Amino acid sequence: MRINCPLCGERDRREFYYMGAADYLDRPAEGDLDGIHKYLHIRENPAGVTRDLWHHEAGCSSWLVIERNTSTHEIHSVTLASEVAK
Amino acid sequence: MIELVAKSPAEGLLPKTIGTLTLSEVTPTIHSIAPLKGARLKDFPDVGKSAPYKGGTLIWSARGQYMLLDAPTPKIKAAITDQSDAWTSVTLTGDRAQALLARLCPLDTAKMAPGDVARSLIGHMSAIIIRQDAGFQIMVFRAFARTLVHEMTDAMTALAARQNIPDTSGL
Repeated sequence: MRINCPLCGERDRREFYYMGAADYLDRPAEGDLDGIHKYLHIRENPAGVTRDLWHHEAGCSSWLVIERNTSTHEIHSVTLASEVAK
Repeated sequence: MIELVAKSPAEGLLPKTIGTLTLSEVTPTIHSIAPLKGARLKDFPDVGKSAPYKGGTLIWSARGQYMLLDAPTPKIKAAITDQSDAWTSVTLTGDRAQALLARLCPLDTAKMAPGDVARSLIGHMSAIIIRQDAGFQIMVFRAFARTLVHEMTDAMTALAARQNIPDTSGL
């Protein structure tokens, strides 16, 4: 598996680390207990397209949002998390 | 009073020549430079590049971070720390340096031009890899000096052992 880091270019999978679902970027409002429960514990587990956070740990140390397909291993898009979370 | 003796990270381990390759230690002064938010700094290199800077070399080293090699502390709008003692720096020179790195590093180092910089791995160690006119400069955290020398000299020995066997890899 190769991931095309927006800064470093195409790099080997072993330079990256999986950091969880991209849901972590959408922090619920303070006091929204149901929202916080979902934010922390409720995850989809799709056989298909999913959005995750990855860390380019052994490279530029950017956090990335990666859209990929868990069935086909295709990678659809790689974006800097700082661009998505703006 | 105790007399302290300064030692370089790979003191007593290098230089080593095995086959066509030579691994030597270099000890540049190193400043980490993290430009402050909104600071516009002149002559800073692009991602994955290096540039001459104030008599030394400024290399891109990570997102929002640069390393200044062999130059005095600059007075610019940035968070600067002296990291001269924090890194082990070695140079790899000689024929087939790329074939050696192919054994240790996931990068295709043949695609790097002189002055190009990459953050990647040497074995399991996070490293800064700089393409030079003659070979490569490799920097890892200081505590990994012995491991780096071990991994690289092992690979150099294995590569040298194969030098009389026809090579079809094209590296």
